[in-house]
Amino acid sequence: MATISLTVNGKAVTATVEDRTLLVQYLRENLGLTGTHVGCDTSQCGACVILVDGRAVKACTMLAAQADGSTVTTIEGLATGDQLHPVQAAFREHHGLQCGFCTPGMIMAAVDMINRRGGALDEQTIRHELEGNICRCTGYHNIVKAIQAASAEMAGMRQAAE
Amino acid sequence: MGVEGIGARVTRKEDRRFITGKGRYTDDIVLKDTTYGVFVRSPHAHAKILSIDTTAAKAAPGVIEILTGADLAGDRIGGLICGWMIHSRDGTPMKAGAHPAIAHERVRHVGDQVALVIAETKAQARDAAELVEVDYEILPAVVDPARAMDADAPLIHDVAPSNLIFDWVLGDEEATEAAFAKAAHVVELDIINNRLSPNPMEPRSAIGYYDEAEEHYDLYTTSQNPHVARLVLSAFVGIAPEHKLRVVAPDVGGGFGAKIYIYPEETACLWASKRIGGRPVKWTSDRTEAFLTDCHGRDHVTKAKLALAEDGTFLALRSDTIANIGAYMSTFSSATPTYLHGTLLSGQYVIPAIFTNVKAVYTNTTPVDAYRGAGRPEATYIVERLVETAARQLGMDPAELRRKNFIRQFPYQTPVILTYDAGDFEANLDKALAAVDYAGFPARKAEAKTRGKLRGIGFSSYIEACGIAPSQAVGSLGSGVGLWESAEVRVNPVGTVEILTGSHSHGQGHETTFAQLVNERLGIGLNNVQIVHGDTDKVQFGMGTYGSRSGAVGMSAIVKALDKVEAKAKKIAAHLMEASEADIVIEDGELKVAGTDKKLPFFQVALAAYTAHNLPAGMEPGLKESAFYDPTNFTYPAGTYICEVEVDPDTGKTEIVQFVAVDDFGRIINPMIVEGQVHGGLAQGIGQALMEGVSYDPESGQLLTGSYMDYCMPRADDVPSFKVDHVTTLCPGNPLGMKGCGEAGAIGSPPAVINAITDAIGNNNLSMPATPAKVWAAINAA
Amino acid sequence: MYQTTYHRPSTVQEAASLLASAEDVKLLAGGQTLIPTMKQRLAAPANLIDLGRIAELKGITVSGGTVTIGAGTTHAEVHTSADVKAAIPALAKLAGGIGDPHVRHLGTIGGSVANNDPAADYPSAVLGLGATVVTTKREIPADDFFAGMFTTALEEDEIIVRFVFPVPRKAAYAKFANPASRYAMTGVFVAVTGDGVRVAVTGAGSDGVFRWMDAEAALASDLSPSALDGLSLDPSGMLSDIHGDAAYRANLVKVMAKRALAALG
Repeated sequence: MATISLTVNGKAVTATVEDRTLLVQYLRENLGLTGTHVGCDTSQCGACVILVDGRAVKACTMLAAQADGSTVTTIEGLATGDQLHPVQAAFREHHGLQCGFCTPGMIMAAVDMINRRGGALDEQTIRHELEGNICRCTGYHNIVKAIQAASAEMAGMRQAAE
Repeated sequence: MGVEGIGARVTRKEDRRFITGKGRYTDDIVLKDTTYGVFVRSPHAHAKILSIDTTAAKAAPGVIEILTGADLAGDRIGGLICGWMIHSRDGTPMKAGAHPAIAHERVRHVGDQVALVIAETKAQARDAAELVEVDYEILPAVVDPARAMDADAPLIHDVAPSNLIFDWVLGDEEATEAAFAKAAHVVELDIINNRLSPNPMEPRSAIGYYDEAEEHYDLYTTSQNPHVARLVLSAFVGIAPEHKLRVVAPDVGGGFGAKIYIYPEETACLWASKRIGGRPVKWTSDRTEAFLTDCHGRDHVTKAKLALAEDGTFLALRSDTIANIGAYMSTFSSATPTYLHGTLLSGQYVIPAIFTNVKAVYTNTTPVDAYRGAGRPEATYIVERLVETAARQLGMDPAELRRKNFIRQFPYQTPVILTYDAGDFEANLDKALAAVDYAGFPARKAEAKTRGKLRGIGFSSYIEACGIAPSQAVGSLGSGVGLWESAEVRVNPVGTVEILTGSHSHGQGHETTFAQLVNERLGIGLNNVQIVHGDTDKVQFGMGTYGSRSGAVGMSAIVKALDKVEAKAKKIAAHLMEASEADIVIEDGELKVAGTDKKLPFFQVALAAYTAHNLPAGMEPGLKESAFYDPTNFTYPAGTYICEVEVDPDTGKTEIVQFVAVDDFGRIINPMIVEGQVHGGLAQGIGQALMEGVSYDPESGQLLTGSYMDYCMPRADDVPSFKVDHVTTLCPGNPLGMKGCGEAGAIGSPPAVINAITDAIGNNNLSMPATPAKVWAAINAA
Repeated sequence: MYQTTYHRPSTVQEAASLLASAEDVKLLAGGQTLIPTMKQRLAAPANLIDLGRIAELKGITVSGGTVTIGAGTTHAEVHTSADVKAAIPALAKLAGGIGDPHVRHLGTIGGSVANNDPAADYPSAVLGLGATVVTTKREIPADDFFAGMFTTALEEDEIIVRFVFPVPRKAAYAKFANPASRYAMTGVFVAVTGDGVRVAVTGAGSDGVFRWMDAEAALASDLSPSALDGLSLDPSGMLSDIHGDAAYRANLVKVMAKRALAALG
């Protein structure tokens, strides 16, 4: 058994888990954060993407023990109170989701992509950056539009802040 | 149209929970004292089970129970059924083999369930499952439908000699062959419609719970049609009578057909919960299991031909298909290759004589059933590949050959049962030609050549039949169920509205579009409308969502119930305002006396209905109405898709550089959602055409595409942004004039893509999926 | 996943002694291949040694005509490193094409090379650039390191510490991704060094990464894509699967080699 301490969505948590426990299992089963989903076994679909220490990772491909000491943000921790994150708002505004299952991973991947690259992103960049996230409903068309809009809005916000 | 009414592009009510991680899918639900089930599955495609030894597994940590097919048979739990009877050309009924929820004595495909291990945790169940020792006698297997009827093919079900389930025909063979005999031109194609795995991103999951105190079962499951699941589990499987079984399908992460069916795991979890004394049993598929057990789609092998007159007029069409059903007949597996397929072979064209023969066969593969489009993509692929090939063979423009043969008079009776009610096929084509800039194509092709790329263009003018048809009609064709839908409109005393619907949303946005209908009719804001679905305890009954039926059929039921609510509300308003009922109109959430300034807000009328202090004489209190709507016909969405590709001749890689989709869906409630449905369908159709294909080892029957490492799912950089537009002819058969938009994209797109690639490379001999390796080989064979 | 015992050493020495003393061990680098393999119960180590928190395994330094990359450096770090981009841009580009952004945040060069997946990208760069693999026990030249698919010269108690890449005059990598897995169906790394031209091929060969010697010879005198026109590869040495047969892969090697040459500039 491994004892782990980490910060999840701003809260400090400590737990003792089997060494083989995946981070996604810990989040879903121990913490009840069921917004992080599991859609495949081979680390490809991206439904489980979360931020660990600010970087997007696949929570199904990391042991909970590996995340000891880390800061984790899941989809549940993205909004500030009632205030949606610009990427969340853009997904709704541009119909970037249908069944909603891939959506948490898509949104977290988009947040990471925008944070990493900065600026307003073009379609080609977004499509390439989404290589690790599979959606079966939307044909990606409106996901791309949503991320494009969010990236432009966030670039504008950064500029305004500077 | 109001800002939230019919035709408004409003954002979705359901989105907030999904974008904040608050969606509640089956696997998110944990009931008190939950146990976890893991299935031991057959590693062999075909084998006899000689013995099962569970001794070691039962002794493993955390194990509660291990159940086998013998236990299931001992408890007299019934097998799964196929709900649509098809008769062969000789009049004999289809030959359906038994389909137990846990295999007994024989396994028939890799992944067939052999035992259910129940433990305190999923990991313990999985650990113990490996300790279950099954002694198999391996039998020869057959996976290729074209070889299933061979004399030396192994027999999969004793009831079906030669593995032939049915030998079905539709149309006039004599007239068709006579037309071919005198035709100036005959175009022939050998077609394989590739086998696909639907892959909703949410894997299937089921929680069975037996409440000993109430002698009542709950099933939480990833279903597109919970009421049908309850019906089958009660009436055929025999778990419990319907009033003792509740089925809940909460948020469901995509379906595409794969979650229509009643699956063995649902039976097993319910039954197991009772066996272990009433603790819930939860099973959640992993992706590998999904590839092995979610019903696959398509898998047809077809010989097709089209007869034309000298001037290109179509004279006759014939297709002969072998359809792979897999190892067992799934819930609607027999309808897909027959009445959802053969009936669409007229396409958008006047074809005086049509004949089709479909032989359905068992193989040692995962069961095959409806997948987005279900039979109609296969038919469209046959027709549209033949037409494009004919244009090339006759040296005609493919757009003009289509135009020449389009149906222009409606209603139009095809030679294959259907009566098309409305459409304007030429308008679809013209709009698509303009959007794609057809006139500019030669210049674009020439420019691509300077970059070393082969550019091609391909068409597809599809028609499909959806909503599914009048219950009496489908009954006469073999359906075991009616295909109506039900709705209840509950107006609360404060004037808010709950709509209980038998349709089920698993991504389609019903919570928004159905509320838009209420807004249109009653003027109530979307936030004051709640759509309730997916729970047999809450919703009266329903047939669920598939076949693009939620709008045309599900919403029609809501319209009927709303008509009754309005009529009663008008009576009450007329009484309260001392006016004539005929003078009451409903506008902007108010009941007004026409031509006067007298009016009452809707909520006051609702309140009056419930206080019942002052109702018309003899009127019952309350404002709640229900309705069942049985469709009068299929609806017929149709459109023209044009695909433009560039092929890299060195690698065979295809890039879709332009994709135009013009669809006629009749009345559109929310264009944003409809466009989203088209985008998703197009990506799945492009996936079929370019990337996706389930592959089995022909000898061992092992699945070669059991994960995303080998099954090629379309990703964001595999598809373009789409140009989507609409033509509108209203469907005369339902009150809103709606058709259906859920499947069109997947139905219309594959032939457009293949027509474009074959145009680009100058070799028409190319099968789906047109992978880079295949295209490269085709280029080098040309 | 089977039960396993997780260890997290903080130094290479601690890791090495754990590796020497424990039974049935796997080293956990970024975990992007090992964890999925364990999840599918295709690997079942009793002990896992996580190398992820060892500072000595991380980092990139450039000096004296070499780029040294710690084995625990992630693909994302190599991809975005200004030093790598300046010295060996082809290597930065290759790292940016591995897996996907999330995988690149965790996956490491050491893990990738030690695993020697026949369709992995990095082995082609290590072999193509003639890098030196520095382990806890010795220095292994790339030409002696790769020993067939999923097999290397590494001994059981040996840990890769870093890679030393000689900076080439120029280099380029051209990849044709498997449409499903996005691994290399064929990846060709071409490097022009003071000692000549090296052409390393991944994804295509049935025995893992290999040097295409005929191409290297042809390019010695003529560094243009057309120098390969007369060459062909023997399909019998190529992988063949549902995504492409051996003939197709043999073609891809030539096409990708030409594209890498064209990209050399």
